[in-house]
Amino acid sequence: MVTLPQLLGRARSVSKLGRPNAVVYGVLIAFVLGSLFPFYWSFLVASRDSGMLTDQVPPLLPGGNFFANAARVFDAVAFWKALGNSLIVASTVTLTTVLFSSLAGFAFAKLRFRGRNGLFVFIIVTLAVPTQLGIIPLFMAMSELGWAGGLQSVIVPNLVTAFGVFWMRQYTVDALPYELIEAARMDGCSMIRIFWSVCLPAVRPAAAILAMFTFMTSWNDFLWPLVVLDAGNPTIQLALEKLQSGYYVDYSLVLAGTTLATIPILIVFLLLGRQIVAGIMQGAVKG
Amino acid sequence: MTVVEKTAPETAPGGAHRTPAPARPSFRHRLSRWDVKYSPYLYVAPFFLLFGLVGLFPLLYTAYVSLYDWKIGADDPGFIGFDNYVELLHDAQFWKSLANTLSIFVLSSGPQIVIAVLLAALLNMKLRGPTGWRVGVLLPYAASLVAIGIIFANLFGPKYGLVNGLFELLGLDRVDWQADRLSSHVAIALMVNWRWTGYNALIVLAAMQAIPKELNEAALVDGAGAVRRFFSVTLPLLRPTLVFVVITSTIGGLQIFTEPKLFDAMPGSNNGGSTNQFQTVTLYMFQSAFENFNLGYASAIAWVLFLLILVIALANFLITRRLTGNGGK
Repeated sequence: MVTLPQLLGRARSVSKLGRPNAVVYGVLIAFVLGSLFPFYWSFLVASRDSGMLTDQVPPLLPGGNFFANAARVFDAVAFWKALGNSLIVASTVTLTTVLFSSLAGFAFAKLRFRGRNGLFVFIIVTLAVPTQLGIIPLFMAMSELGWAGGLQSVIVPNLVTAFGVFWMRQYTVDALPYELIEAARMDGCSMIRIFWSVCLPAVRPAAAILAMFTFMTSWNDFLWPLVVLDAGNPTIQLALEKLQSGYYVDYSLVLAGTTLATIPILIVFLLLGRQIVAGIMQGAVKG
Repeated sequence: MTVVEKTAPETAPGGAHRTPAPARPSFRHRLSRWDVKYSPYLYVAPFFLLFGLVGLFPLLYTAYVSLYDWKIGADDPGFIGFDNYVELLHDAQFWKSLANTLSIFVLSSGPQIVIAVLLAALLNMKLRGPTGWRVGVLLPYAASLVAIGIIFANLFGPKYGLVNGLFELLGLDRVDWQADRLSSHVAIALMVNWRWTGYNALIVLAAMQAIPKELNEAALVDGAGAVRRFFSVTLPLLRPTLVFVVITSTIGGLQIFTEPKLFDAMPGSNNGGSTNQFQTVTLYMFQSAFENFNLGYASAIAWVLFLLILVIALANFLITRRLTGNGGK
C-alpha cells in the first residue's frame, strides 16, 4: 500500500524531476575539460620547446615560444598556400553544395514530376553507400583528365552531396507554403525565379547549417586529397601530415602547425556553437 | 496540371498557363508550360549526374579493375579473373587488417554509445546554461582527424608521451602503445571516441527531449526510481535513435583510415605499425594502390570491404526493423 504522505512525497519529487546536483555538474565539468585538454596540450607543447616532453612532470602552463615555433612551421611547409587552398576548396564546395542541394530540395519538396518519389528514395539509399571506396577509378579518371594535382580534382567530386539534398528537402517541406509559390506563379514568375526569390529566403536557416557542416567536412577531408594532390599543392590537412612525417621528433613544430590549423575552425565553432548544436539535434529528429 | 500538389486545378485561380488562351498558344505560354514540366528534372539533375560520375561509376568500375593485373603506369593490364580475390583470401595481412578494423570498431562504438547515452541523460537535466554545456561536449568535433591523430600520437608516445608519464607517476608500467596490438587499438579507439561521443550524445539528447515528460512523471508517481525510470521508460524509446547511431558509426567506422595512419610511430608509413598491428582495411587498400601501385589488388580489397559494409549495414537495418516493430512504434 502506498500511504498518503508517501504519495505527497513523490508528488514533491515530480517537481524536482531532472534537477541536477553537484555531482552532475562535476561530471559535466570533467567531460568538458577532457574535451578541451588535447587542444590545450597541443598549444602547450607548441608554446615551448620539445625538451619539455622529456621532463618527468611536464609544465602545465604555456611558454613563450609559440610564435617562434609558428615561424618555423611557415619555413617547413607551404603553410599559407595550404591554408589558401583549403579556403578555396571548402568555400567553393560549400557554395555549390548549398545551391544545388536547395535547388534539388525545392524540387523534391514542392514540385510535382514523374518519378519524384523513386528518385528521392534513391537519394536516401545512396546516403549509406561508402563512395570513398571508389577512389581508385576516380584517381585513374583524374589522371586521364590531367586534373590530378589540381584543386579541381578535390572540388568537383564534392559539388553536391546526398545528405545536402536530403537535409534541404526535409526542411523545405515545412518551411515553404504552397500559397507563396502559387502567388508567385500568378505574378508570372518562372520556376527558377520562384526558387531564387521565394524558396531560398524561406529555407535560409537550414541552408546556413548545411553550409557550416559542408565547410567543416571539406576542411577536414584527408584521404581523397592525399590520393590526388601532390606535396607542392597541398590542403591544410596534407600540410599537417607532411609536417608530422618530416619532423616527428620535433613535436613543438608539429603541434604549432596543428594549433595554427585548428584555431580558425575553433573560433568558428565558438561563435556558431549554438547553431551547430541546433543543427545536429534537428538532424537527429528529422533523420 | 498545377505547379504544386495541394491545390486542385479547379480551385487554383490560374497560373500563367490558365489565362484565357488565344487559338494558338503563344511562345511565352509554351515556354511557361515547359518550365513547369521539365525544370524539376533540371534542379535534381546536378546530384544524379555527379553521383553517377564520381560515386556510382567508380564504385562499379572498382569491380572491373579488380579483375585485372592492373599496375600504375603499366600500359596493358591483363585480365586475370578472380585471381586477386583468391590471393586476398590467402593474404594474412588482409585478414589481420580486417581483424584490426573490427577490433577498433568494437572498442570504439561500444563504449562510445554507452557513454553518449549517459552523457545525454545528464545534458537532459535542467542545467544552467544548457547550450554552453552542449557546445562544450561537442568541442572535439571541431578538430580535424589529422589534428587528432597528431595530438594523440604525441600523448601516447612510447618514450615521452604524457599518458606514459602519468602511468609512471601512478607507479604503473609504461606501455608501448604503438608496438602492442591491443594497446594500439585501444589508443586509436580512444581518438574515435574522443571526437564522436559528444556528437552522438547530442543526437541521443534530441531523441530524449522528444519523450513526453508525462511518461517520466507518471513512472515517478508509481514509485519508480531514477535507474528504473531510465531503463524502463527512457531506453526503450531511444532504440530507433540508437540503431541509427549504430548504423552510421558502422559505415564510417569500418572505413577508418586517418587515425591509424597518423598514429604510426614511423610517420608517413602506411604499414599501421611494424607488424601491421593496427593497419586497417582502408589503410591496406591505400598502401596497395598508392605505395605498391597495385591498383587491381587494391580494388579487390575495396570491393570486399564494400560488400562487408553492405552486409553489416543490412543486418543492422533488419535488426532496426525488428526492434522498432516490437517497440510498438
